[in-house]
Amino acid sequence: MQALYAQLLVGLINGSFYALLSLGLAVIFGMLNIINFAHGALYMMGAFCAYFLLSLTGIGYWWALLIAPIVVGIFGMILERTMLQWLAGLDHLYGLLLTFGIALIVQGVFQNYFGSSGLPYAIPDYPQIGEWRGLQGGMNLGFMFLPVYRGWVVIFSLVVCIATWYLIEKTRLGAYLRAATENPTLVRAFGINVPRMITLTYGLGVGLAALAGVLSAPINQVRPLMGADLIIVVFAVVVIGGMGSIMGSIITGFALGVIEGLTKYFYPEASNTVVFVLMVLVLLIKPTGLTGRAA
Amino acid sequence: MKHRISALFLGTALALAAGGGAMAQDKNIKIGVLTDNSGLYSDLGGVGSTLAAQMAVEDSGLAAKGWKIDLISADHQNKPDIATTIARQWIDVEKVDIFMDVLNSGVGLAVNNVVKEKNSVMINTGAATSDLTNAQCSPNTVHWVYDTYMLANSTGQALVKAGGDTWYFLTADYAFGHALERDTTAVVVKLDGADIGTVKHPLNSSDFSSFLLQAQASKAKIIGMANAGGDTTNTIKQASEFGIVAGGQKLAGLLLFITDVHSLGLKVAQGLSFTETFYWDLNDGTRAFSKRFSERMKNKAMPSMVQAGVYSGLVHYFKTLEAMGGNPHDGAKVVAKMKELPTDDALFGKGSIRADGRKIHPAYLFEVKKPEESKGPWDYYKLIGTTPAEQAFRPLSESACPLVKK
Repeated sequence: MQALYAQLLVGLINGSFYALLSLGLAVIFGMLNIINFAHGALYMMGAFCAYFLLSLTGIGYWWALLIAPIVVGIFGMILERTMLQWLAGLDHLYGLLLTFGIALIVQGVFQNYFGSSGLPYAIPDYPQIGEWRGLQGGMNLGFMFLPVYRGWVVIFSLVVCIATWYLIEKTRLGAYLRAATENPTLVRAFGINVPRMITLTYGLGVGLAALAGVLSAPINQVRPLMGADLIIVVFAVVVIGGMGSIMGSIITGFALGVIEGLTKYFYPEASNTVVFVLMVLVLLIKPTGLTGRAA
Repeated sequence: MKHRISALFLGTALALAAGGGAMAQDKNIKIGVLTDNSGLYSDLGGVGSTLAAQMAVEDSGLAAKGWKIDLISADHQNKPDIATTIARQWIDVEKVDIFMDVLNSGVGLAVNNVVKEKNSVMINTGAATSDLTNAQCSPNTVHWVYDTYMLANSTGQALVKAGGDTWYFLTADYAFGHALERDTTAVVVKLDGADIGTVKHPLNSSDFSSFLLQAQASKAKIIGMANAGGDTTNTIKQASEFGIVAGGQKLAGLLLFITDVHSLGLKVAQGLSFTETFYWDLNDGTRAFSKRFSERMKNKAMPSMVQAGVYSGLVHYFKTLEAMGGNPHDGAKVVAKMKELPTDDALFGKGSIRADGRKIHPAYLFEVKKPEESKGPWDYYKLIGTTPAEQAFRPLSESACPLVKK
């Protein structure tokens, strides 16, 4: 039973990465109608950005949490301005192919220079308060040893997810955004700069991916293919949750992490496939996803 | 004009004489490096293996003696079906004479069958499974650098003797992981230890925390990592996060490469002990080769034992063909001759190839240095034990290979 609790908690930790990544995807799909296959590559860039900040300039983890999403977000906005905006109104397939191509190029360039085994990035050991050494070490919960860093990841990503949901669903800015996706011409008539808003939204989605990258850097090796391995699962999460649904992708992200964790306990061989089995089931029963509305 | 026509006749006559007269005078060689150029094993093989082959060709001096050597390489993407398709095309269309590297046990075993069926040659320097020279041995295959039996024997024995008598395995769920776990369990049980559990994870996983928690709960003294490449580095990194080593359990890297240690950093990797058959800083010969190699690598990496094996294997292959006076394009015949001749090169020293296709040389048990002990990048290992060549690999008396006469 204790082992089960531990697996549930570990599942929740992985779920927070799924949630952060699928949230970014959902924002981009919901607002821009682009299936962003470059998301995994941008997540990887976030992790590399944190690595470079530390190794080249000595800027540590905490600042990287802020700087990396901004840097990668700007890169994303450049992509949107120079390439993606021309695909507005075309079939989804064009956006998918373009972003997939971008992902392959970005990953190829990084792999060419940094190989495949990856680069080390340590868990931050500051600030030091009392016996706490930054986010290093862990605590004994009775049923498991919880590394402080993992706990931090769950809490931080929950906060970020809820803040993003609030921004889009509850604020005036979010209302403009949602209106702009429904009817861009009308919103423009009210004097709102719709193209700029779309660019910023893409930047926000990309920034969320980069943030997940920074969060994962101390856990996984910083590797050029770290995103490629993850992105397919995250897409399944988005499909299960309902394409473009913000709350749907957050909840499904966490839930699937837990289900995957349980699979790792009961039948580890299937842990890489369980998400896809679920995806097939959901698509058969409710093709719009768990929280999706019929188009 | 007259001169040119007579010259043409003479040329044709010579060519015919050469072609029909003696096969042994054919001095063309085509080498195919089949490896993982893009996935999780590409740092320990990949472009480095192709570079090592290139260096072996240049150092052989065969071009000056009238030989023509071509080198091609391809990415098998760790998929046996892709690898066998490439292998068939290489043999049938490209006329490749010898396959080098062929890392990944699943891929290695699949290509092993094609090479045997088509009577080509494979010097496998990357696949770990000891089946290549045991039940599935072939007259066309030489297994060069290491295998699961040797790793289990060296690392497993050292750890059990140091008191680690209960083992829990974290095993990559494919041919390699299964073979490594099987061979290590055999060693552990032989020394009165116990294998108390195992968890099989899919190849190329990124999160190991669930598996590590199961290993932690097992209370085994040793957690044996029967995986490789990115899977191993992530396991080690996350094990330190979950306080596994601090809790008194010991991690056993059954297959680690210097590229993995480089990627982990000494702070995380320090104290790990594992077995390799090559290290760049072993002696003057290895240092000289590795320096030249590293200068030509894009990321200035030192060679892994897989890459060093490609060089060493080709040195012996070239020596064999020179002794035969030409390339007969008959795989089994070339491999038989390779087994007759003793091996000797700067990287692996003196050795030999046994009847079952196993190349033997000493196995070294290394321990990763502490950060303060290291003098700079790539100065990572302390040698803590050596198993002589004759004892390092599976004894022929235990072999299930039909090529071994008993």
